[in-house]
Amino acid sequence: MTGEAAGAVTALIQGDAVAMAAAVRSGQVTAEAIITATLERIQALDPDLNCFTTQLGERALADAIALDRQLAAGNGAGPLAGVPFAVKDLFAIAGVTTLAGSKINAELPPATQDATAVARLKAAGAILVGALNMDEYAYGFVTENAHYGPTRNPHDRQRSAGGSSGGSAAAVAAGLVPLSLGSDTNGSIRVPAALCGIWGLKPTYGRLSRAGTFPFCHSLDHIGPFARSVRDLALSFDLLQGPDEQDPVCTRRPPNPCLPQLSQGIAGLRIAVARGYFQAQAEPQVLTAVAQVAQALGATRSVTLPEVHRARAAAYLITATEGANLHQENLRQRPQDFDPATRDRFLAGLLIPGHWYLQAQRFRQWYRDRVREIFQAVDLILAPTTPCPAPLLGQATMILDGEAMPVRPNLGLFTQPLSFIGLPIISVPILTPNQLPVGVQIIAAPYQEALLLRAAAYLESTGLVAAPCPIV
Amino acid sequence: MPTGCANSETYVDQAAQVLNLPLQPEYRPGVLVNFDRITTIAQLVLDFPLPTTVAIAPVFQP
Repeated sequence: MTGEAAGAVTALIQGDAVAMAAAVRSGQVTAEAIITATLERIQALDPDLNCFTTQLGERALADAIALDRQLAAGNGAGPLAGVPFAVKDLFAIAGVTTLAGSKINAELPPATQDATAVARLKAAGAILVGALNMDEYAYGFVTENAHYGPTRNPHDRQRSAGGSSGGSAAAVAAGLVPLSLGSDTNGSIRVPAALCGIWGLKPTYGRLSRAGTFPFCHSLDHIGPFARSVRDLALSFDLLQGPDEQDPVCTRRPPNPCLPQLSQGIAGLRIAVARGYFQAQAEPQVLTAVAQVAQALGATRSVTLPEVHRARAAAYLITATEGANLHQENLRQRPQDFDPATRDRFLAGLLIPGHWYLQAQRFRQWYRDRVREIFQAVDLILAPTTPCPAPLLGQATMILDGEAMPVRPNLGLFTQPLSFIGLPIISVPILTPNQLPVGVQIIAAPYQEALLLRAAAYLESTGLVAAPCPIV
Repeated sequence: MPTGCANSETYVDQAAQVLNLPLQPEYRPGVLVNFDRITTIAQLVLDFPLPTTVAIAPVFQP
């Protein structure tokens, strides 16, 4: 390859998936060249960043060569032709053991088939290059994993990438892949997206199939994509939509393709800023980011969601109870093999009385009904994603509103009460020179992902927000 | 139901025994801290009156 051609490939792999696939489909570049450059970048940067728990270089290269042959034969290729992607290590990958961030699961046999979401992206031509680091069993917001090490934030390697999908966010932010998948139970897509300065979409509960993912908490688990452009977020979401008998929660509603709607703008949308709970403990930088987005979107209204602190508490109880239940046998037999950061929480979760859990589930219905009423008067709500930028790795406490609070549970202060009732949410990256990235949540009524993506595309078009790769 | 640290300690030990959940001495302090945290958090949910007509959803429909 000439120097000029190599430079073009480098520029492509630091760009977005849509541009990459267009270049592959048009013959401007081969999938093999894209994947080779991607694997070289991973080799160069990942030893320090620690995004990957499993790399699939040989397999990815073989898939790329096969795709190039398919194109050369005139057989066409999908909308993600030749695009490298990676998934949180709780998505099943055929032939690979799903670790879910644990040492215990390393003893399990390899998966026999791909998770539905992995299969759908592959069917669109995307090429899987590996599995990504996470908090053990997705129970955390920092991706400081005792077994597989911490994932480092590409914007400041002394800091957390957020979690639990920290590897998924950091890999996209660092330009190792343009697209990744993660899961979000209480904020595990939105928190790392915000701290790493990229886009993250947590769709409506049940909108995307979770089949073939290792569960954390069935009542609250969602999956979704990370990307550096809104069109990548929309395209991947569209490709992932559709019913799936393998996930009883997956909706039977027809897919709503969002990519064709991106240019519709925000005219007529009623947009409000969430007051009260969502402002009280946020640092000034975060509140400034919300104000910037509100101004760009012309949001002049405000709303106050009721009993948000109780919603968060109820989400905490449901998570602790269901999460512990899934691991009860291992907690009895081999507690020493758990990550110390999750073990004691799981053990305590096993002891929660059923009455507490049921009350939390009933409160969920009450809270959902109140928030549904609010969405009669507004279309989108804005709130901070995290209360602060990325904490240092190993940092135990942070000061919020003058109060010292533990970092691990409280990074999800603003995300947990919203995923609790399954609302679709995008975390918008806000990067300011000489500051760490933060995120702003755009929240919609159930199944209104198209509105989120339209607002996100509008923000991107204004130039206010972007997710450039911090490592060239 | 216990709400204070002393009661939590008794509850944790006895509930673990009933559930046949061995609590290793080195893990017990961490479990107590976490259970106390859960107890405080649970109180926010338990204090909120809900009409008996509010049911849980076997399959949650947002």
